[in-house]
Amino acid sequence: MNSQELAWRIRRHGVEMTHLSKGSHIGAILSVADIVGVLYADILRIDPSSPKKEDRDRFILSKGHAGAAIYAALAERGFFPVQELATHYANGSRLSGHVSHKGVPGVDFSTGSLGHGLSVGVGMALSAKLDRKSYRIYVVIGDGECDEGAVWEASMFAHHHKLDKLTVIVDYNKMQSLTFCEDTLSLNPLDKKFEAFGYNVLNVDGHNHLELKDAFHTPFDNGNPTLILAHTIKGKGVSFMENNILWHYRTPQGDEYEAAVKELEDNSYEGYIC
Amino acid sequence: MHLLTGDLGFGVLKPYWEQLPAQFTNVGIAEQNMTGIAAGMALSGKVVFTYSIGNFSTLRCLEQIRNDCAYHDADVKIVCVGGGFVYGALGMSHHATEDLAIMRALPSVTVLAPADLMEAEAATWAMYKQPGTCYLRLGRGGERRIHDKLTDFRIGKAIKIKEGKSVAIFSTGAIVDEVLESVTLLKDKNIDPAVFTFPTVKPIDEDMIRNCSKEYERIVTVEEHNIIGGFGSAISEVLAEIPTCEKAIQIRIGLNDTYSCIVGSQKYLRNEYGMSAARIATRIVDCY
Repeated sequence: MNSQELAWRIRRHGVEMTHLSKGSHIGAILSVADIVGVLYADILRIDPSSPKKEDRDRFILSKGHAGAAIYAALAERGFFPVQELATHYANGSRLSGHVSHKGVPGVDFSTGSLGHGLSVGVGMALSAKLDRKSYRIYVVIGDGECDEGAVWEASMFAHHHKLDKLTVIVDYNKMQSLTFCEDTLSLNPLDKKFEAFGYNVLNVDGHNHLELKDAFHTPFDNGNPTLILAHTIKGKGVSFMENNILWHYRTPQGDEYEAAVKELEDNSYEGYIC
Repeated sequence: MHLLTGDLGFGVLKPYWEQLPAQFTNVGIAEQNMTGIAAGMALSGKVVFTYSIGNFSTLRCLEQIRNDCAYHDADVKIVCVGGGFVYGALGMSHHATEDLAIMRALPSVTVLAPADLMEAEAATWAMYKQPGTCYLRLGRGGERRIHDKLTDFRIGKAIKIKEGKSVAIFSTGAIVDEVLESVTLLKDKNIDPAVFTFPTVKPIDEDMIRNCSKEYERIVTVEEHNIIGGFGSAISEVLAEIPTCEKAIQIRIGLNDTYSCIVGSQKYLRNEYGMSAARIATRIVDCY
């Protein structure tokens, strides 16, 4: 399955999962869908038949509230049955709203409280460096998550220890829980801040698969970690959800659910350019 | 095995640092990051120790311990030096007096508080071999030696260090020093307590508590820690479920649910807050 198809399926599953569960965070799921689609289709060296394989690439979704996107990607990659996605949020399910590794093949790390995932990824990258392993560590963080001080503690460490097997992706949709990032705690200029912290920073359109793939494949030989600032749109793919803070928490029900499904079905992955 | 420090351990960590530089990282003054890194390294196959003083390796990064370490069954061994009033004169920020309660409340975390160097060495080895997240609460080093030798140290087992009758004193950590001194004071009053150390606070030695509850009339718990939620509470939880007719009465000695607001040496503060040898002896005499 190519990355476009996978990203489309993540969106379609995301709408269905948040509809069935009456759950939140569809805006974040749609925002990160292309990043996750490209990673799981083309970048991560992982094996559904051996989810714990020692030399696999590691992936952490630090913005755990978009966990449905990871569950959808893993199911589509064959880590567990796609039918199980319907149990998201349900009583007794292993698919919690925020991504959990407990009993879920393919999830390397559970998150949900923001500002945790990058430090853990840095620990994995340090361990890999000490043991001369060749696998890479990918961590997706949110822009609002950059309010957390631990993001910057981990960044300083990653640069100091030259953790060049670490790639951080910021899902930079410019919105957070209550309103726009710039109206909450100004991040600008975010790329310059991360550059100052020692990353090789790449600005890309976070919905353009070619740009994302180019960024993931861009080699650097200075030993520094890489940070991809993926400019995204919260709610991307369902027009009435795009850039609308309502859809951080609102669940698609009734006419809104029907309209979201119709728009996604009308604009299937085959219609995408990249 | 890897050791992470939050930029503390001047002097004491130097021999390790020099001998095993590839297994040592000073993460800087960033305990949340240190604990997250520890989880990531542990999930990559290492046993990782984190080290800091007082509350910095526990309370400052509590959620990282809960979510990143304990929930993931990560082999992270958290070490605090300075349990209780060790850093007495440095002030309340450096007094670790709620750590046992808070760490004990985290599911799947083993909690250890050795009384002397012998217990500390045995507990460190046991913790290294124990899967999952563990907490080791140390004193200051140089504590009075309690045990000549420790041949059968096991996590979850209390150790009887003195025979006695009618009263049993339970303690955890270095405060046993005051307990033993109180026993000397109690001789004049014709009270001869048995003394037990509990190097493991979680899992608590339920069998020992049940047996002592039948054998002694009073169980005195002594901890250099708040009396709420810590070692004494762990004992209370077991005693509470023993039928009344078989049950010894518990006397809890510790910091009486307050923050220390004066400074002084460890010895001074122990006395001020009611857990010195003299104050322990008085409490025991008063209950007769």
